[in-house]
Amino acid sequence: MKGITLKIDGRELKAHEGMTILEVAQEAGIKIPTLCYHKAVSPSGSCRLCTVELVGNGKSRLVTACTYPVEQGIVVKTNSAKVKKTRKMLLELLLARCPNVTIIQQLARDYGVEKPRLKKIKDEDCILCGLCTQVCQERMGVSAINFVGRGVNRTVDFPFERIWDVCVACGACTYVCPTGHIQNEARKVAQLKRQLGIQRKCRYMLMGAVSNKLCPNNYECWRCEYEQRTEYRLGEHPVLALKLAQRQGR
Amino acid sequence: MARLQSSAELKDFREAILKKRDIERPCITVCSGTGCRAYASEMVSTAFEEEIKKQALENTVDIKTTGCHGFCEKGPLVVILPGEICYVQVKPTDVAQIISQTIMEGKIVDDLLYADPVTGEKAVHESEIPFYKHQTRLVFGNNSKIDPTNIDDYIILGGYSALSKALFQIAPKEIIEEVKNSGLRGRGGGGFPTGRKWEECRHAPGDIKYVIVNADEGDPGAYMDRSLLEGNPHSVLEGLIIGAYAIGSHVGYIYVREEYPLAVENVSIAINQAEEYGFLGKDILGSGFDFTIKVHRGAGAFVSGESSALMTALEGRVGEPRPKYIHTVISGIWDKPSTLNNVETWANVPLIINNGAEWYASIGTERSKGTKIFSLVGKVNNTGLVEVPMGTSLRDIIYNIGGGIPEGKKFKAVQTGGPSGGCIPESLIDSPVDFDELSALGSMMGSGGMIVMDEDTCMVDTARYFLDFLADESCGKCTPCREGIDQMLTILTHITEGEGQDGDIELLEEIAEVTRDASLCALGQTAANPVLSTIRYFRDEYEAHIAEKRCPARVCKALISYYIQPNRCKACLICLKNCPSGAIAGGKKQIHVIDQGKCIKCGICFDVCPKRFSAVEKISGRPVPLPPPIEARAIRERKPRRKR
Repeated sequence: MKGITLKIDGRELKAHEGMTILEVAQEAGIKIPTLCYHKAVSPSGSCRLCTVELVGNGKSRLVTACTYPVEQGIVVKTNSAKVKKTRKMLLELLLARCPNVTIIQQLARDYGVEKPRLKKIKDEDCILCGLCTQVCQERMGVSAINFVGRGVNRTVDFPFERIWDVCVACGACTYVCPTGHIQNEARKVAQLKRQLGIQRKCRYMLMGAVSNKLCPNNYECWRCEYEQRTEYRLGEHPVLALKLAQRQGR
Repeated sequence: MARLQSSAELKDFREAILKKRDIERPCITVCSGTGCRAYASEMVSTAFEEEIKKQALENTVDIKTTGCHGFCEKGPLVVILPGEICYVQVKPTDVAQIISQTIMEGKIVDDLLYADPVTGEKAVHESEIPFYKHQTRLVFGNNSKIDPTNIDDYIILGGYSALSKALFQIAPKEIIEEVKNSGLRGRGGGGFPTGRKWEECRHAPGDIKYVIVNADEGDPGAYMDRSLLEGNPHSVLEGLIIGAYAIGSHVGYIYVREEYPLAVENVSIAINQAEEYGFLGKDILGSGFDFTIKVHRGAGAFVSGESSALMTALEGRVGEPRPKYIHTVISGIWDKPSTLNNVETWANVPLIINNGAEWYASIGTERSKGTKIFSLVGKVNNTGLVEVPMGTSLRDIIYNIGGGIPEGKKFKAVQTGGPSGGCIPESLIDSPVDFDELSALGSMMGSGGMIVMDEDTCMVDTARYFLDFLADESCGKCTPCREGIDQMLTILTHITEGEGQDGDIELLEEIAEVTRDASLCALGQTAANPVLSTIRYFRDEYEAHIAEKRCPARVCKALISYYIQPNRCKACLICLKNCPSGAIAGGKKQIHVIDQGKCIKCGICFDVCPKRFSAVEKISGRPVPLPPPIEARAIRERKPRRKR
């Protein structure tokens, strides 16, 4: 691998080819806020919160740190006035969509949003970061949930908004969701299933990890005893760990 | 037909079909472009066929349906070759007259000729009509001479000679050099140098490479790519094959939207014919080069016109853009190097190969070469497709070719580059049309839409309209585009509804800048253009809306009222009868009065009030005067004068 040197906030840093600005910054302990970034999935660059300023050739432009591959000699500013202004506006925009989400409120406060200037257009929990759909597709390989609709009206849902069996309620989406929206949705789905009298099999049974058994709680709790134990043992969410092990095994 | 095996065979074949055709034989060409079809040109061509059969002229007269001629305002167009006699707005009932007079006797039907709206001067030939006279139709000119479903027509005009030249006389590297030297830039909107794109793709690692035609034209009011693909599909195919050969690609895609059924049909026919003749498939013209083209029908999302979104859609997924920090020429469809160009860009390639880079570079301005097709629409006399050299001024296009603004109204602004372009005001109308000039003015070339607006257009409402379109078409992947456009739209809607507040303009500017700088793809990055450019050039209109609650152009419904001027009303009952909400009170010999509470501001009374009275008035920014009291509403009848 070729070595690359670059400058982030005035610090000379070393990196390998193929790394992104965000990875280099995180290694060096430079904080860049993210919402749609998770190391379990490929970066999508959709929340744009990790926007940083790239200076060079007398020009400056804004790029997203999570998707920009590092190049030899680039100069990055993660906290310039322009970056702060952009992030502040992005948070204001998100706050107008999700006024009651703690993580957004906190970040907005950090970036100096005092009084909301924009009209509240919705009261949602979902910031449409796409982590849940990505983890479902990339790590679980099922695409049980995905985006429906476009623009501000896009939502995360099952196909045709019907509960279907491809979703084994593995819980990976609830694990990566930064706002807790999917947890609420998952609970609603479970409740509905119980009302309909559908008894679910244990998700780890479906994935071949344990022998035949039904889920005693019918997915009401989103972390069962088994899960917590395995997570402690593996240091990662068991669903992600299992999938990874299966893939490597193949 | 056997596949042509060499460049000499193509030459012989061309001469053979030329010999077979009688140039002196009259040929009636009927335009079958989108505009003329909407004017029922198909009925005209059927009427011609029937009339020819009736008169037993099948062996002496040809009839041909061609692609779009461009002068859509006056459709259906009929041009009679070889004299190039041009008839406009032909109806099926005129057909018998044309056959009996022009074809049989060689006379000209005066009523069907184009007449200048100002001078009344008639033009017999197509080239004499001012609309055509001021154009340079390099790419678009052949449209009117070709039946798009007949490859022979294209070959007669020298078609596929550029391909044979490229395959046998020039090395792929030199082709790229030639395109680079010509200065051709992408016609889809970005204006990226085409030659450089090809070169990067050629040098990109990997054996499998793709070439793509972007025919996902979605701008409201723009239809040049469609007309080119419908009218002259082989020119696009030829360019594509040359490009593929230069880059080293063996598979090409044409991404055309499903809403363009005629384009899909014609291009599919063209591909089949080219395969049959040996211009596509294995061993093209005996050169050993293999290339196939597949047509992919898009599902009509505006964002799919963006290159990375188009590639995602081609892969069979939802058309959403992805970060392009690694260019698509390195990693495009299925992560393979892919070159994507607009329909018009590809159609320019055969011209460059045939005539040389120097010739091409001599047309246009310093940094924008060649010609560009614009779709000139809106408040302009001659709407249609216009091809001019780069650097032509907006004034030339709007006044010389477009014939100015209808009804003698004042020009206000022109919006270039589709919904994400900007509005250019009258003070800058002498600016030349060129990629960099338009960007400097806060607009863009885009794919070539040009919407002319007159004094009756409200610029705030225009910005709102375009953002409404973009809010619908934003895919919603990234925050600034999804939420930013929606917020800007909300603010603009409030302003047009008279609920604007101080600070709204500054807030709009702030959101617009972040949307421009931080969005993922070009849709979001340019979505702010309509807002920023209208604020830049028409800030006073925004201020009038917010501070005075007045719409200067009297368009925004919430800010205007209709009022009947008592001294002008002649109590003719027309507005009263036409009012859909029954808001007009009055009667015979009674001055009409609008009940402001009931009025829904549809504007029908304003439209139907006879011009000679002009009693209905739009009021904005000031209170509506009180109507005269009921006693004073009677109109005193004037005594009729006695005839002597």
